[in-house]
Amino acid sequence: MANVPAELRYTREHEWAKVEGDRARIGITAFAQEQLGDVVFVELPKVGAKVTAMKTFGVVESVKAVSDLFAPVSGEVVEVNAALPKQPELVNTDPYGKGWMLVIRMANPKDVDGLMSAADYEKLTAGGGH
Amino acid sequence: MTDTTASSPLKRTPLRDVHVKAGAKMVPFGGWDMPVQYRGIIEEHRAVRRAVGLFDISHMGEFEVRGPDALAAVQRLCTNDARTLELGQVQYAALCYPEGGIVDDLTVYRLAADHYMLVVNASNIDKDWAWVTSHSLGRAEWKNVSDETALLAVQGPRAEALVGRLADRDVTGIPYYHFVRGAVAGVPAIISRTGYTGEDGFELYVAAGSAERLWAALIEAGRPDGIQPIGLGARDTLRLEMKYALYGNDIDQTTNPLEAGLGWVVKPAKGEFIGREAIEALRARGVARKLVGFEMAERAVPRHGYRLMSGGAPVGVVTSGSFGPSVERSIGIGYVPAAQSAVGSELAVEIRGAAHAARVVKTPFHPSHTKKA
Repeated sequence: MANVPAELRYTREHEWAKVEGDRARIGITAFAQEQLGDVVFVELPKVGAKVTAMKTFGVVESVKAVSDLFAPVSGEVVEVNAALPKQPELVNTDPYGKGWMLVIRMANPKDVDGLMSAADYEKLTAGGGH
Repeated sequence: MTDTTASSPLKRTPLRDVHVKAGAKMVPFGGWDMPVQYRGIIEEHRAVRRAVGLFDISHMGEFEVRGPDALAAVQRLCTNDARTLELGQVQYAALCYPEGGIVDDLTVYRLAADHYMLVVNASNIDKDWAWVTSHSLGRAEWKNVSDETALLAVQGPRAEALVGRLADRDVTGIPYYHFVRGAVAGVPAIISRTGYTGEDGFELYVAAGSAERLWAALIEAGRPDGIQPIGLGARDTLRLEMKYALYGNDIDQTTNPLEAGLGWVVKPAKGEFIGREAIEALRARGVARKLVGFEMAERAVPRHGYRLMSGGAPVGVVTSGSFGPSVERSIGIGYVPAAQSAVGSELAVEIRGAAHAARVVKTPFHPSHTKKA
């Protein structure tokens, strides 16, 4: 069973969001990286770009597959994980830590209320697949 | 990620349950339920390059042909010259259509004076069986032994030591693309010095009923060598780094052996074979496009079907691509016009609407370590 930290919020598309004041740090879940396999490339927006909740903001590529990344919340990108271009495997080894992708300054912090709780996300992934 | 549209139930190799028990991620491939990875594609890839890996490739097809006209039948079907095959030798070849397109690529084993085995791609077994039996000639008796035959590949720098410890005879003297009959871990086998990885190693043909015993013995005896089971994911990245063609990706009915870089297995001097005239006409004219290897300037991954661009215009198509775990960059192969096929030619791959720089490079991408013939 994949690890689902209780303090995070989740999307149905397997991204997590960690609220830090008016900001949200986001990445993909342990379940998602397991399904993808070895991550070899992550395509992310630049600082200053705008992202929209439940719209794609980037792409993660594993050896076998390409997957779109969906923004859990709307807002402006204020930080991008600079380690990922050289070490995309951090998404596999530490998806909730060093494998984070963006920090977004939320346009509407209420977006978070629409995200899933850890318990609900665990139920979603308990079947083992999409 | 997986093909869920398959209409008929997936076929299983004799080792399918062993893979599931070992925690493999199973995917449909060419109509078969196959392990795509166990611990991870990159880790498995590196295990084969650095130590030894064990592959279940029992999905491959095996046809035997025997009789006074077996050689003549093989010669008619295959582009290569099987007359030069000695007992115990293996040859790579193609089956072609009269128009020069490729039915399949295969290996031909000379088992006895008038007895050959053809090893074909899993996804083509039914098509190839219909093709060879309807284009055979004379007194040649065909037998499809695919279901009763299991095939295990042991590949990597430690393969010789491992197979040598379990075999009932010396294997160090088996040259590349040769085989002996013997036993491995007590299981009667064709021990073939062949593979699809660019590493030294063996492919072991055994009775389907013995596959599980041989698999377990290799895993157990290979522990000190660092053996790992290897899925189709790493099989694909390993062969890609060698620029070995994969039927259905890089070659098919619409491609010919010359443009695919397989001219070396087409031997018109041997006499008539299906496709000879078309291929010779093509050789005289010169091919319009060539299958080349290219590397990406950045890590975005080229994939099958993406467009190859030059000067902003589409010029070709990617047939295979991946991150190459040994070359540690994104690489691909694809068809480009002959004029753009030289090493150093600048190309771009269209990935999600954007042009990503690529350059034609020498292949193989990673040096081959197969046993020297």
